[in-house]
Formats: sequence, C-alpha cells, structure tokens
Amino acid sequence: MDLLSDLFLAKAAFIGIVFAITLGIAAYSTYFERKIAAFMQDRIGPDRAGPFGILQPLADAVKMFMKEDFIPANSNKWLFIAGPCLSMLTALMTSAVVPFGDTVTIGGVTFDLQGIDVNIGILWVFGIVSLGVYGILIGGWASNNKYSLLGAIRAASQNISYELAMGLAIIAILLFTGSLSTKAIVEGQQNGHWNIFYQPLGFIIFLICAFAECNRTPFDLPECETELIGGYHTEYSSMKLGFYLFAEYINMFISGAVMATLYFGGYDYPGIDFVTAQFGNNIAVFVGMGALIGKALLFVFVFMWVRWTLPRFRYDQLMGLGWAGLIPLSMYNVVVTAFGILIGKPFTAGIVGVVLLILGLLIHDQLFVKKKIA
Amino acid sequence: MVISNIWYFLSGLTLLSALMVVLAKNPIHSVLYLVFTFFCISGHYVLLNAQFLMAVNIIVYAGAIMVLFLFVIMMFDLKKNQPESKSSLTKLAGSVVAGTLLVLLIALLRKNNLPAPSEVNFKSQTGMVETLGKILYTEYLLPFELISILFFVAMVGAVMLGKREAGERNF
Repeated sequence: MDLLSDLFLAKAAFIGIVFAITLGIAAYSTYFERKIAAFMQDRIGPDRAGPFGILQPLADAVKMFMKEDFIPANSNKWLFIAGPCLSMLTALMTSAVVPFGDTVTIGGVTFDLQGIDVNIGILWVFGIVSLGVYGILIGGWASNNKYSLLGAIRAASQNISYELAMGLAIIAILLFTGSLSTKAIVEGQQNGHWNIFYQPLGFIIFLICAFAECNRTPFDLPECETELIGGYHTEYSSMKLGFYLFAEYINMFISGAVMATLYFGGYDYPGIDFVTAQFGNNIAVFVGMGALIGKALLFVFVFMWVRWTLPRFRYDQLMGLGWAGLIPLSMYNVVVTAFGILIGKPFTAGIVGVVLLILGLLIHDQLFVKKKIA
Repeated sequence: MVISNIWYFLSGLTLLSALMVVLAKNPIHSVLYLVFTFFCISGHYVLLNAQFLMAVNIIVYAGAIMVLFLFVIMMFDLKKNQPESKSSLTKLAGSVVAGTLLVLLIALLRKNNLPAPSEVNFKSQTGMVETLGKILYTEYLLPFELISILFFVAMVGAVMLGKREAGERNF
C-alpha cells in the first residue's frame, strides 16, 4: 500500500468531498426542517440570521458550542463522551459504499466515484446500520439516568426489530441483481429500469424501516417529552447533544442516498445518453452525481413532510407493526419476487403481488374484522 | 506498509482487547471490549480476503448478539449484583488450569508443524461470496439445510418462551 499513489490520494480527496457534502447537507437540513415545518403550520420560520435566515445553521452551531458542556457527576465519563462520537462515526461510515457516479477520467487518471467498491456493499450498509444503535445505547446508559436508559432501550429494541424487515426487503433486491455490490445494483438499473417499478412493495417496506432506523416521526419514540423527559439525550448538553441531533440528519441524507441507490437507479437519470453525446463522459457522470444527491434530498424532504404531517405511534403499536406487519409482508414480497423471476415476468409479478395483497386485506377485513356499528 | 506488519498489529490489538474483556471490572466495559475484539477479528477476515465473513461477523455478532448482551447487562443494578471476589485457592486453581491449557496448545502447534499453504495453489477468490455460495449450495447442501431447520426450531422455541399465556400478567 503506497500512501502517495494517485489512487490513494484520489480516494482520500473523494472521501473528503463526500464528507463535506454530507455535513453541509445535514447542517442545511436543520434549516429546511424548520422552514418546512413553518410552511406546513402557516408560519414564517427562521428569518433573522442573514437573508431568509440562511445563516441559521451557523448561528445554531455557535450557540451549541457556547453552551456549558456538562457531564453529570455519577456518569461514566468516557462512555458519556463516546456515545455521541459513536453516533457520528456510524452515521458517516455508511456513505463509503454508496456509488455517487460512474468512473471519470481527469488528467489521464481514472477515478471511481465511490468510496470503496467491495462486492459486499449492501452488507456493509446493513452492518453499519446495525452498529448505529451503540451510540444511543452507550450514551443512554452512561448518563446514569433512568429516563435516558429507558430511551436508549427503546431505541435499541426498535432498531433491532426493524432491521429484520429491512434485511428481508433487501433480499428481494438481491434476487434481481444477483450481486451484493451496490455498484452492480445500480448498473442493473440503468436506462430507466429502476427497481421501484419491480419492487413497489419492497420499497414501501424499506422506506418505513428507514424511518424507524433514523428514529424519525412517526417512530421517534426514543425521545419523548411526556414519557421520558427527553429520551436518551436527557443529560446531554452543548455540542454533544449537537452531535446526536446532527447524526440524525446525516442518517436521513445517507438513508435517502441508499434508497435512491437501491430503488431509484442511483446515478441514473433520463437523457444520460444525450448528455454523454453532447458534453462528454465527465459532465454526464457529474450530472449523475447531482441526480443521486437530488434524489437523496427528495427523500430528506419526504422525511420532513411525514414528520410534520403524521402523529406518532404508541410503543406497542410500533412493535406490532414491525414484527407482525412488516416482517410477514417482506417475506411475501420475497416469495412474489422469486416467483416473478422464475416465470420471467418480474414487472407483472410485482404489480400482481401488490394487487393480490390489497384484495386479500380487503376480503380479510370484510370477513373477519368485526366493525363497530356507529 | 507490509501486510504482515498490519497482521502483527491487528493480532496484538485482538489479544489485548480480548484480555481486557476478562480483566475489566465493569461488565459494560467487558462487553464493549468484546465488541472491539469482534471488529479486530473482522479485520483478520479482511486480510484473508474474506469480505463476506467480515460483514456477517459484524452484523451478527457486533450488531445483534452483543447489543442484546449490552441490553441485559444495562438492566442490572451493577452496584447490587457485584460478583463476590473468589478465594485465593480458586484463583490459584484457575491459573494452573489455564496455564496447562496454554502449554498444551503451544506444544500441540509445535508438534504438528502446520504446513505453509503453497503459493502456486493459492486462490485469492476463495473467500468471496460467490465462491462461498456455490460451495454451500452444492457440496454442503445437506448440512446447510439441516442448519436452517435448527435455526427454525430455535426461532419457534424463542417465540414460545416469549409468548404470553392467556391470563398471565400483562406487563
């Protein structure tokens, strides 16, 4: 391994750029979250710092840094500090395998717009997601506060429960692609053959699981003012709290990027051949990178949209949805997908699968569910 | 950087963190050191070019099993449930047994002189997921299917244990 080779420097530069983009988008997500909330509640929102309040994230960061950094007396000091750091670390690590674009050639050197192209890419995502719970769990326990601990335990059980359905939804994708590599998954969807058309049910399951994994409303039960004071970050203040909140926004962006990669063709966009012919390969690839980030931002918007529209679940409803609703549904999705590949008509099978499911639910509802007579 | 240097570093780290699992006074620290040990072992898998095993090791052990460990230990009141210190006779007996086992293992390894794998026959793709899948679904199909039955039985057992009987307390 040569530390000064072109490949190493290019990778380091690329990873640095991805980090910068991720952190910048996460910072401005906080601003847009408040703007969107304001729009939905017919308010103006932050408008004091800079034109349209555009400097609000900077002001927030300064505020976070200036606050007193408090560590409770009977807490476990090192683990208390390690909690938010782990949250940030795991949030940032997932982007390593997201393919942001095809290869570009600059100055005779060919770069791959992907952190690491491993042939187990999607398992890497899955592994890091399953590690994400450590930051919350350790922080909640180290605070030495029973409400923090309860919040941490809620977060852990929620994440573990929804990982199963998420994994089963991914299996249906893998049946299509025949490869665990994220790059191969994207290349299989080029020219408009996006997985969303073949996997509508799988996408809905994955989206719900992504909400739960990011601890976003309607699944934001780890933090709950009425039951748990503040949840797992009750004892946190200053930038440590900022890290926890920031990690949530990074997770939103990264899970949006992963969803775009898995279901919406990654860096594919309509008219890619035209752009390549007109402006050359490099421009087309960078437009593709923009397309991927745009799709991810669209998902960030969906996250916010849902947050300010839907009420939250009760905890037993959340567990019931995860174990008794989504897991059987994703198993059904795997069977339908496998059947579609077997008969060679995956598109029809996907549609027929959804229609059959809705019909089955309607019939079940009519026959077996007792209606309250109003 | 030579690969063997990374190997030595990683092995040292693995042994150190594994040792800390036993030596740490606080059970939570023990669990976290164990998680770190699993990461080091995953690093060894990467050096062996077995990326699939690396990912699965992290997902299953670090991501699922150790979270449950942490979960259970966090529920304990650690101040009340301190294990009492063992008597010096027990400590002595423990060290004698462990030392004997160590000597036995070293003697066994020295006696056997494990042959170094030949560079000619070495296949770098052995640990890749495609190769692994092909072997699992052809040569070792029966054991693989038997394991899946075992898993299924364990799953049904877990659901049965966790199920609330009619009339039992609703927590």
